Formats: sequence, C-alpha cells, structure tokens
Amino acid sequence: MTIDKQPGVASVLPAGTAAPDFSLHVTPDQTLSLSELRGKPVILAFYPADFSPVCGDQMALYNEVLPEFQKFGAELLGISVDGVWCHHAFAEARHLHFPLLADFEPKGAVAQMYGAYRRADGFCERALFVIDKSGIIAWSYLSPVAVNPGADGILQALEDLSK
Amino acid sequence: MAMLKVPVTPEDHFQGAKDAAGTLVEYGDYECPHCGSAYSIVKRVQKHFGKELRFVFRNFPLQQIHPHAESAAETAEFAGAQGKFWEMHDALFENQQRLGAPLYSELAREMKLSPEELEQALEEGKYKSRVRDDFSGGVRSGVNGTPTFFINGKRHDGPFDYGSLVQAIEGAIGDQRKTMSA
Repeated sequence: MTIDKQPGVASVLPAGTAAPDFSLHVTPDQTLSLSELRGKPVILAFYPADFSPVCGDQMALYNEVLPEFQKFGAELLGISVDGVWCHHAFAEARHLHFPLLADFEPKGAVAQMYGAYRRADGFCERALFVIDKSGIIAWSYLSPVAVNPGADGILQALEDLSK
Repeated sequence: MAMLKVPVTPEDHFQGAKDAAGTLVEYGDYECPHCGSAYSIVKRVQKHFGKELRFVFRNFPLQQIHPHAESAAETAEFAGAQGKFWEMHDALFENQQRLGAPLYSELAREMKLSPEELEQALEEGKYKSRVRDDFSGGVRSGVNGTPTFFINGKRHDGPFDYGSLVQAIEGAIGDQRKTMSA
C-alpha cells in the first residue's frame, strides 16, 4: 500500500498498516527491536525532545499513567532523536520507568518510516501509535507539536483492542 | 477536542451553585508550581464570575516527579471528609514550599482537625482510592499535565492566565445560553 505524500504535509502511518520493524539503542550498549515485543500491544510515542521545561510534559505524564497501560499488557516506548546519554539523564531526572529509544543515527530514520519526522526542524513529530499483538498499527495520532496529546486516545485504542 | 469523561457530581469538591451557567474543573497537583500560579488566578476568575461560575477541583498528583503531591492530595481529602476541603486546599497551595508531614499537622491543628487521625489516615492510605479515581478519570478525559482545566466539559487548551480563562469561560457560557434558548 503506497501513500502519496504531499510535500510538507505530515501523514503518520494509518491504522491497518503493518508497523515497520526497527532496532534502536535504548542504552549505549543495548538495542531494542520492535519485533521482540510481538505478542503484546505496543505504544510508540514519538516526541520532539527531552527536557522541555514543563511539569507534566508528555513523557512524565505517561510515566504516571504507566500502571493503566500495563493493565492491558502494553509496552510503552518513547522515541526522539536525542542520543542515549541525553535519554539516560532525562529518564533519571523524571524517574521514567519505560524505555526511551534514540532515533539518533541515521537521524530520524525510524520516525521517517512512520511518517513522524519533521525534516525542516530535525526532530520527531508528536505522534502516537498503538500496535496490536500481531504487529499491525491499530491506531495512530498526530498531535500539533506544541500540544501534549495526553493519554486518553491511547487508552481508548487499548480498550478497543481488548474487546 | 478532549471532553471530560467523569461528570461533576455532588461527591465532587465544588464552590458555587450547582446550576451555574459555567463550570470550571481543574485537575491539579499541590506540588506543581504551575498549579501554584493557577491558584490565585482561579480565585480572581471566581470573583469575576460570581454566581455564574461553579469551580471544581480534582486530584492529579504527578507522584513520580513531585514526592509530596500524593500526601498533600490525601491530606486535602481527609480535611474534605470533615467538611474542610477548601480551607485545606487553599492552605496547601499557599504553603507549597513547605509540603510535608510537619505542615500537614500544623494545618490540621489550625483547622481543629486531629493531626493524629490525619497521620493515621495517611499511613493507612485511607484516601488513596479517592485520589486514584480522580487521577484515572482525569487521564481518560485527556488531562495532559497540571493544571488541566475543563470548561463546561471541554478541555481548555489555551493559556491559563486570567484574561484567557475569563474569555474561554464567557465563550462557553454564551454557547450554553444559545443552545438552551434554541
């Protein structure tokens, strides 16, 4: 299935598409592949950058909501173009209990596969994907980059999956 | 557009008439500095609208980054169970820098509540589920940080300075009146 992209118009991969597999560094010497998580729902949260100066930034919010995601047996992965050491510092500062993946080299390559890369800015869109147990995207959402999309869309998608 | 999924009920902590044309719901965290700023702004907004506005506060503690947020929320609920929610809510925001057990005991004493009972309630987690219910309801409603405001059930996505809140509430009240007279 090909999606004709108009230049300059962001379009994230829609529901029904197979989620492209990828392998990214989660720590300096460990990588995590999407295919390793086959068999459980996966939430991919692409976001622009670590350390935005807001109390309840998106990753901190998802950190608080983690128990609700876990009720569905879902795994949450945060992805930005920041490097592993930046992620390490950010995860420590926010006490994050889920992995942050570094879409660092080639820069934004995974985000691009998902239609979630802001080429002009050089960072990811605020884009969410809920992938079902067999690796198909069940729900996706592109948020305006300045608006924290919250967790309600994710939870609704997880609920719909479990029906 | 994110909508409030948990309607306001008499079980909520609210100020103002229940049939007011405008309802402002805040999901807040007592240790969050943004909520600290919002605290005095909301008071001004309430003064401006008088009888036209009902204000509801619900808990949304960001426990992972604010170590006192949960205990502060439970302390306010403890006071609420004895009819002193708003006094405690206000006192906690006015003393945001000093949140912790010594402050809670001091405030309890000031409000003629038992510090020992409060300590026990916190230890037992007596009000944890109330706070959790607020939190879950907030997540499902699209709360995306603190403070998050809902005006007549719709999440307010703009800034929460005085002017912006007043404008948004006036708009919502106006829409409500149009719908009702249609």
